[in-house]
Amino acid sequence: MESIQFRKPETVDEAVKLLQGADGDARILAGGTDLLVQLRAHMIDPGVIVDIKSIAETRELTKNDDGSYTIGAAVAGAEAHERDDITADWPGVIEAWDLIGSTQIQGRASLGGNLCNASPAGDSVPAMVAAGMTANIAGPDGRRTLPVEKITAGPGKTNLKKGEFIVSFNLPAKPSNGGDAYLRLIPRTEMDIAVVGCGAALTLDESGTVTSAKISLGAVAATVLVVEDAAKAIIGTKLEPEAMSALDAACQAACNPIDDKRGTVEYRTKVAGVLGRRVVSIAANRAGKN
Amino acid sequence: MSSENRKYKWVGTRQIRPDGHDKVTGRAKFGSDFSVSGMIHGRVLRSPHAHAVIKSIDTSEAEALNGVKAVITSKDFKDQSSELKAAGEGMINYRDMTRNIMAREKALYDGHAVAAVAATTAEIADAALELIKVDYEVLPHVIDVDEAMKDGAPILHEEMVPSGIEIGGPTNIAKFVEFSLGDTKKGFDEADIIIERSYKTEAVHQGYIEPHAVVASVTEDGQAQIWCCTQGQFQVRAFVAQLLGMPTSSIRVTPSEIGGGFGGKTVVYLEPLATLLSKKSGKPVKMTMTREEVFRASGPTSGGSMTYKIGAKKDGKITAVEGSNKLLAGAFSGAPAGPACMCAVAPYDIKNVYINGYDVVVNRPKVAAYRAPGAPISAFGAESIIDEVAKELGIDPLKIRKLNAAKKGTQAAYGPTFREIGYEETVDIAMGHDHYLAPLGPNQGRGVASGFWFNIGGESSATVNINEDGTAVVISGSPDIGGSRASLALMAAETLGIDYDKVRPIVADTASVGYNFVTGGSRVTFATGLAVVEAAKDAVRQLCERAAKIWEVDAEAVIWDDGHAKPASSNVGDFEPLSLSSLAGQANKTGGPICGHNAQNVQGAGPAFATHICDVEVDPETGNVTVLRYTAIQDVGRAIHPSYVEGQIQGGAAQGIGWALNEEYIYNSKGQLDNPGFLDYRIPVASDLPMIDAVIVEVPNDRHPYGVRGVGEVPIVPPMAAVANAIENATGVRMSALPMSPPRLLAALDQADVKEAAE
Repeated sequence: MESIQFRKPETVDEAVKLLQGADGDARILAGGTDLLVQLRAHMIDPGVIVDIKSIAETRELTKNDDGSYTIGAAVAGAEAHERDDITADWPGVIEAWDLIGSTQIQGRASLGGNLCNASPAGDSVPAMVAAGMTANIAGPDGRRTLPVEKITAGPGKTNLKKGEFIVSFNLPAKPSNGGDAYLRLIPRTEMDIAVVGCGAALTLDESGTVTSAKISLGAVAATVLVVEDAAKAIIGTKLEPEAMSALDAACQAACNPIDDKRGTVEYRTKVAGVLGRRVVSIAANRAGKN
Repeated sequence: MSSENRKYKWVGTRQIRPDGHDKVTGRAKFGSDFSVSGMIHGRVLRSPHAHAVIKSIDTSEAEALNGVKAVITSKDFKDQSSELKAAGEGMINYRDMTRNIMAREKALYDGHAVAAVAATTAEIADAALELIKVDYEVLPHVIDVDEAMKDGAPILHEEMVPSGIEIGGPTNIAKFVEFSLGDTKKGFDEADIIIERSYKTEAVHQGYIEPHAVVASVTEDGQAQIWCCTQGQFQVRAFVAQLLGMPTSSIRVTPSEIGGGFGGKTVVYLEPLATLLSKKSGKPVKMTMTREEVFRASGPTSGGSMTYKIGAKKDGKITAVEGSNKLLAGAFSGAPAGPACMCAVAPYDIKNVYINGYDVVVNRPKVAAYRAPGAPISAFGAESIIDEVAKELGIDPLKIRKLNAAKKGTQAAYGPTFREIGYEETVDIAMGHDHYLAPLGPNQGRGVASGFWFNIGGESSATVNINEDGTAVVISGSPDIGGSRASLALMAAETLGIDYDKVRPIVADTASVGYNFVTGGSRVTFATGLAVVEAAKDAVRQLCERAAKIWEVDAEAVIWDDGHAKPASSNVGDFEPLSLSSLAGQANKTGGPICGHNAQNVQGAGPAFATHICDVEVDPETGNVTVLRYTAIQDVGRAIHPSYVEGQIQGGAAQGIGWALNEEYIYNSKGQLDNPGFLDYRIPVASDLPMIDAVIVEVPNDRHPYGVRGVGEVPIVPPMAAVANAIENATGVRMSALPMSPPRLLAALDQADVKEAAE
């Protein structure tokens, strides 16, 4: 029953100092949709909670001149969902983000939180990875940038060093003839955690041949996976049945899931292949419509 | 199918419920909303083991912690004898009950209470729990009903002697029951086709949103007040009195608004603990279960393992049914094996039936009632196998049900001969319903199933007080879990002949109204409704007497019509009718207050029948099932408040769909519950279900003044088989075990593909 320190810094430097100087466990509060649940369930016992929402940079969603986006780590899903530009450019990222929780949770749920909670089943993560997003990290040694897939180290663990936190993300400009998508499988329609999640982003040439692809799977291993063999299986193809079978097999081969209450190894593996095919079809369809 | 030419002014209309405003504004007080000054907080230490001898419990460090006011273990409760004592409709074994609320010799399930603490804050109480040292000797455990019946299975109660069956030596079988009609051998000899199958259902929780909560306050002179969420304040009073050795008159129980019960709040968990903690500490004690505690330690309904064998003629006439239902009871006997047997084929007129049932203890929380206890389990087997017979014979599944339908005069296999019933009407309406005739797309299928539930009457007491301004208060003692206050007010308004909004119904505490059995068995609108109608008639009789006094005529010469006393005929004299409000206004001059009373053990509950139609779409690559359309047709006798009748039908169907598709208890290898929360115990969310179309059929129960049958339970009986039959129709794969969750269905679909490829 130790008391918890609550801090609400207004600058990045101040936040870094608080995180660096904290005795014991320091936690970052963005939307709090995981943190507060974990606190109430006595799963964590932090010494300091640092609310980053007063730092302007964490709350801004900007479309840059080159067509890329800078997304503050604490921007809420509902804010992004209401933006026509990002929703049109990266529908897969927005759909994945939108799947985090109910309408009420959407008013709080952030990409930074979903990523750093480091659940293998976080919905936004495979979509962020597929889209090629990078994280802008601030820390005692200044700023650095990492691809999203390099952030998590395992369930509940990140590669961020003491004093570091994610300030914002960079989402690349949408390539011409590019499309992305995210699908997850849950036994219900809402209010559930992905048994398997799959994100895909790809580009087509004018003939409909896949010229580049990135495919990412969630909830089938300790961290979100980048499935390079799945991308290879479809690059240079027009997604003919043989290519889709190879993609399915590559997704299944990449899986290293656990048997738990949410799904068996066999089921997760099989569904990873199914979702791989479905998500690539949707992304290609979107790319073809540009 | 309410008639256009209305017979009644209020009965059958859709009025705003008396508790509606408070519930939508958040003003309503549910169990954990209640507080009193000086209150302290109680928490429970629970066993982490599924089965363990409790060698010792050391509470000394917890008692020494600053802020702790009382600690209790089973030693603080006197032991009870192992005999069945009457409590309302049911028979209670208090030896089991005292062991269920607080483990005595052994902990029998993960989550079993072993000690409780009351402290000035909940945090201190939690810290004190960690200071209690329990020395356990962990024993092998058994979770599955079939495993529990095998030789060599871990035995929960060495001393248990089974009833209805001779077994040499210790057993987990607590009870065996059987029912037979005719001669099944003869029936199978007459059959052209015989099918035999095994089925399995998971134990499922009622899933009420409101957790169990109580505040208990015992004063220095031994008077106890208990405020709690319960389906039966009089049961709570009786149980606490027996468990704590207190006179019933010293306990006053006030029920809160209730956030769902479905049968699961007809028992006690926290109430005796809070009362004892209050007695020991001298302070009011509040206790609220967490969701995890609700799942680990409160009662689900049974899971079942069944075999069914059915014989039929080529024309679809069923000649014989044999069935066996093995139901898990949790840690203490009490699985609804009898009702499971009795309800299985009750919708049908079958001459040769033999069905038996087993009540089997396992290392899980003791089961509690859940909507039509037992019936949904056996009906999953019976309604699945009837579907298979229909398919085999090439007969429409509704036609085979109509051909075999029980009617007025049919003798049910469990004994009684039915009076007026509406089963066949539900099938007829289903056959003509546009849902049944609508086309289906690829990967889609349609299933039907029927169901039966007895419904009950039981003890009810009610008072109708006529106020001086011509309004009325209806006092009943039945907690309102489904809109019953609205129904009681409608029946009182109809009987008194005054407007609905002039009638205020309340649910009283145990000291303010006569005894009422629990809200359960779909009995309140029927039985308490009957008591309210009789109490209103008693008030009417008094009103007529007052008019007779004013007119100086015999009381028999006055009749009550449309809210007025009138002379029975012109021979009585030429008097202007006297309104209820005018008689109420001069009550003091004519004899004092006007209060109608009624108390009785109500008989004559009319059974309920239902037929459901379900459309599903199956994703053949993931095993996900989407319920596309659902129609539930039910004979309700008469719908007093059609909206709440529809609500009951929709709620029962929704819970049944959850039971069919996703709900299950997941135990790890140590017998610990792995999914004690709504995230992984998957009741349906709103977006999982289509709008459930409730179709009301009215075949009145002639033993109720307004024709009421119970409606709350039967709607959960057909859904599991209706969904399974729809999945079979969509995929050709018959699922014989619940839940039909995506991994299980995909495995079955893949297995069928492999089999097909091999052939």
